[in-house]
Amino acid sequence: MGIVDFAFYLFAALAILSGLGVVFARNPVHAVLWLILAFLASAGLFVLQGAEFVAMLLVIVYVGAVAVLFLFVVMMLDVDFATFRAGMARSIPAGILIAAVLLMILALEFGDWRTSESASTRLLATTPDLSTTGNIEALGRLIYTEYVLLFQTAGLILLVAMIGAIVLTHRKRKGVKRQDILSQLYRDPGKAVELRDIRPGRRDPG
Amino acid sequence: MIGLGHYLGVAATLFVIGVFGIFLNRKNVIVILMSIELMLLAVNINLVSFSVHLGDLTGQVFTLFVLTVAAAEAAIGLAILVCFFRNRDSIAVDDVNLMKG
Repeated sequence: MGIVDFAFYLFAALAILSGLGVVFARNPVHAVLWLILAFLASAGLFVLQGAEFVAMLLVIVYVGAVAVLFLFVVMMLDVDFATFRAGMARSIPAGILIAAVLLMILALEFGDWRTSESASTRLLATTPDLSTTGNIEALGRLIYTEYVLLFQTAGLILLVAMIGAIVLTHRKRKGVKRQDILSQLYRDPGKAVELRDIRPGRRDPG
Repeated sequence: MIGLGHYLGVAATLFVIGVFGIFLNRKNVIVILMSIELMLLAVNINLVSFSVHLGDLTGQVFTLFVLTVAAAEAAIGLAILVCFFRNRDSIAVDDVNLMKG
């Protein structure tokens, strides 16, 4: 067994075990940590396949952003997660049934499956020789030329998601002083300043 | 020799684990969201495996877009969750159909 085979089995076992860990973890913080391990193991699988860009993207975007977001929310919400475990035993049989059926369907697919003979003639973007052009360079050329519109749309989706998340979670609290520029601009100087004639030695009557 | 089938097997297993997780943790929205992330990860493994197997880079480009949508979905889902928790003081899925919409 070569080193590549060994690495594949290591990463595959790690990915599946941490997937099970996500599902079965009692503490959601542990579930998030298992999820991070699953992403890292999958990044390892991608590196084995020679897809370095996607692997690094997985590490940066998922481990660096999405998983931390999950961790943040899990720790921010003050929820007793033990109460969710109560009805779990009831849903195990249905879950196992559906999982088994799905797994069987996928296994049947694997049993009789082959690539079409015309597949090699229908490639949209043939991978260049990876010994001369790196994976990242090749992907960059493709993304910024042929898929530039989709790429910009992806950026737009992220922008909308960001604005949506801010709008959803932003709340106006009472008792916080904020600058209201409109009311400042429309303030009437005649009403803002009041001149009073106060005689010395007397208290202001008003 | 490790071929396409091995990677597809890993992806299929991860996907089924994700589906199973949704059924197992029906009441816990956070774990449901994490299971969805697992399923999307399995889809990404499939896309990259076929991309490498067929020598077509398009699969990896689409992995990028799946990743984008997954990140947006996680952000919005967690924001809705935080909003929901503020109003109801719980994240039980059973309470979500309060409005009977």
